[in-house]
Amino acid sequence: MRKLACLLAMVLLPGLAGAADVTLGLMDAEVDLGDKASLQRGAKYFVNYCWGCHSLKYLRYQRLSRDLDIPDELVEKYLIWDGSKISAPMTNAMRAKQAKDWFGTAAPDLTLVTRRHDGGLNLSRGADWVYTFLNSFYRDDESPTGVNNLLLPNAAMPHVLWRLQGTAEPIYKPADPHTPGSSQREVVGIRLVEGVGALSEAEYHRMTRDIVNFLVYASEPFKSTRKALGVPVLFFLIVFLAIIYLLKREYWKDVH
Amino acid sequence: MSEATKNRGLLAWIDARFPFSKLWIEHAAGYYAPKNFNFWYYFGSLAIFVLVLQLVTGIWLTMYYKPDAELAFASIQYIMRDVHWGWLIRYLHSTGASAFFIVIYLHMFRGLLYGSYRKPRELIWLIGMVIYAVLMAEAFFGYLLPWGQMSYWGAQVITSLFGAVPWVGDTLMIWIRGDYTISDVTLNRFFALHVAAMPLLLIALVVLHITALHEVGSNNPDGIEIKRHKNANGIPLDGVPFHPYYTIKDTVGLTVFLMVFAFVVFYAPGMLGLFLEPENFEPANPLSTPEHIAPVWYFTPFYSILRCIPDKLWGVVALASSIFVLFLLPWLDRGKVRSVRYRGLGFKIALALFVIALLVLGHLGGNPPSPGRNLVARICAVIYFGYFVFLWVYTFFGLEKTKPEPDRVTDGSAKWMQKLMRRLMQKWKQWRRLEETQREPM
Amino acid sequence: MKREGADLKRRRLLTGAAGVVGGVGVAYSAVPFLAYWQPGAQAEAAAAPVEVDISKLAPGQKIDVDWRGKPIWIFRRGARELATLRKISDLLRDPRSLVSSQQPPYCQNLARAIRPEYGVMIGICTHLGCIPLYEPEPGSVDNKWLGGFFCPCHGSKYDLAGRVYKGVPAPLNLEVPPHWYPSASRIIIGEHPEKGAVS
Repeated sequence: MRKLACLLAMVLLPGLAGAADVTLGLMDAEVDLGDKASLQRGAKYFVNYCWGCHSLKYLRYQRLSRDLDIPDELVEKYLIWDGSKISAPMTNAMRAKQAKDWFGTAAPDLTLVTRRHDGGLNLSRGADWVYTFLNSFYRDDESPTGVNNLLLPNAAMPHVLWRLQGTAEPIYKPADPHTPGSSQREVVGIRLVEGVGALSEAEYHRMTRDIVNFLVYASEPFKSTRKALGVPVLFFLIVFLAIIYLLKREYWKDVH
Repeated sequence: MSEATKNRGLLAWIDARFPFSKLWIEHAAGYYAPKNFNFWYYFGSLAIFVLVLQLVTGIWLTMYYKPDAELAFASIQYIMRDVHWGWLIRYLHSTGASAFFIVIYLHMFRGLLYGSYRKPRELIWLIGMVIYAVLMAEAFFGYLLPWGQMSYWGAQVITSLFGAVPWVGDTLMIWIRGDYTISDVTLNRFFALHVAAMPLLLIALVVLHITALHEVGSNNPDGIEIKRHKNANGIPLDGVPFHPYYTIKDTVGLTVFLMVFAFVVFYAPGMLGLFLEPENFEPANPLSTPEHIAPVWYFTPFYSILRCIPDKLWGVVALASSIFVLFLLPWLDRGKVRSVRYRGLGFKIALALFVIALLVLGHLGGNPPSPGRNLVARICAVIYFGYFVFLWVYTFFGLEKTKPEPDRVTDGSAKWMQKLMRRLMQKWKQWRRLEETQREPM
Repeated sequence: MKREGADLKRRRLLTGAAGVVGGVGVAYSAVPFLAYWQPGAQAEAAAAPVEVDISKLAPGQKIDVDWRGKPIWIFRRGARELATLRKISDLLRDPRSLVSSQQPPYCQNLARAIRPEYGVMIGICTHLGCIPLYEPEPGSVDNKWLGGFFCPCHGSKYDLAGRVYKGVPAPLNLEVPPHWYPSASRIIIGEHPEKGAVS
């Protein structure tokens, strides 16, 4: 009986939270949609560093201007690079075909990237995933881009922010004397040498956090409206429940 | 002339031309339902509410949705972001889909608990099962419409099942898709079925379901007929008019349901990836299969049964049988009593195991397979089918030791909710009194 | 069914309260469904103001531009055309453009324009929505015709300021859209002067 219980537990438990998380050890992005300054910085970093390849085709500049308190003039001056109208979506100039030629795969649109990696009991899993991804590049001379990613091995994306972060060095699993001939070296971690990038580690963390924060916003711009509306709706239902319950009790006095 | 007589005049005018009052009396004010309905009896009216909600939000979504492989995904994002209140309508619809199945599953479970499928209610059960089957088709067609990765590959996998049919399988599969793979053509026909054909069928079936119910009258948690004891006017002694007693009571249930529903819509519309699967936030890509394809949670028990059998044809047969066997329930159960309250211990254990097996199957179906999981799924599939075999053997050969049924309905339903509310009211009144006495000296 | 002791007053009160509160709930629930029919961001983007170059427009010529899916006429009136406007007041239904919905206040004048030389009008007949024809030549529609717009559907007639004649089915003058001139040779349709937003 105990064996069966053990077996059941082994089979059933991991699926609950997404088994892979345990081994991935996602970093906490600490997203905060109320932090407008962070969102504004994130928008700026995004158009500077990411938008060259990745579009945000479901988000309109105008929406961003309204939600992030950036005046239209500033959006037109600093965020619109291709002469788009402010009412246009943030599609980008780089054609999918060009991306395919350069990286072998089209750079995906990122409007929904955080929701794509959501799910499970970790409510900010999608954000944490992107944050961890941006912090997981390491040097790999065998890769065509010169780097690899610990979270997404063999990612086609180069380390765009390498000047800022510097490129981390891989930490290999210690050679196992019992299995000789295993030439495949497994990377178990990465180490960043302080000073190889233009930013300190803390500054780079803040920057990637801002980008992720902005992407979480972009994935659901109406999120704060949604959450705010829940309060009056639930309050109304509580009031209505009280009245209708009293009415029900009054009528059912006939029956009992 | 007073307002009331004017109304009566209008009503009389209508009644002379359309049986308005007659229908109202037959189905509401003069329909006597057992007075001992408990928690499990809320889900029928809730199912109708969710149906209406889905119809209305669905009609609204079609106003901007584009059933075109190039445009579908983006049109939903457009609704969510750029249409006034579009996000709310869409989340109501996506949450409503899951809510529909939760409500229907609990409604069906009520039938198992209290033997509501038994004579003379076999047709109610059969029509209900057809509703369930049509609802599954409706949900399946609807799930393709967002045109995300999971939409696409889910439809690919499920339509492939028809390929298992001997001889005509491949032809059938291509006929359903209208193409050699899931494509724009498939999307268009699934759209037509989802927004027109299936909803019409559902509405018609629900009318039949209720007509049959009102012909024979409702069952109740005691599983006895209230029609056996009538007063001089032919009214069941243990019945109460559906209106106002159950219309008001069901409104209480509806309000509680809406609170839970609103909480999900406003605070967890994805429901941890169960109601909106993360993979579906990526547009359909016919060239790249997701690592793990799983149907939405309400199909996973049956998907598990399909998957745990290592043969394509027999897997499909098992899947179809797992639904079909439910249709046979009225004739498999030969027990002397209907309600679980008076049934033998064997029935109670079997029902509990059945529910546990179903939950485990549902959980496994949403996760990638592994040898261990397949073993557990097989055990649960045996329990699932075993329930029906056991039920027949147990009742047909008279192995069940039942308790005597009461002559009249009992008040045995759990009144804990009422007790709790009464206690809270008392506490509140005490607290108010205390407040007032403290305030007086000032 | 009702017992003797039923408190009917309380019942009525609670039923009323439930009805009112429930009614408020239903009314609020209807708001998103009604607002959903408002133009979405795409329609709003398409409805943005249009800028037109009018430097090549000669007297007597007319160009059509699209604004919010409606045909907008921009036509230039010479001295002869402008002179006709004064002569025909008696034949018109609303010669002084008193119906304020048909033009912005800054166009409530004889030529119904900011610059009398340029006519700017929504080219949709106020009768049943046909597009009238531009007939600037005198005598082209009938013997007394001084130039104007003629709707072929039901024979409505307008003068060269878009004012409707008496005795034709169209009830109102042609509508003048909001517009302004950022420079002598450019016109912006869909915005009031001083960049006032159009609802």
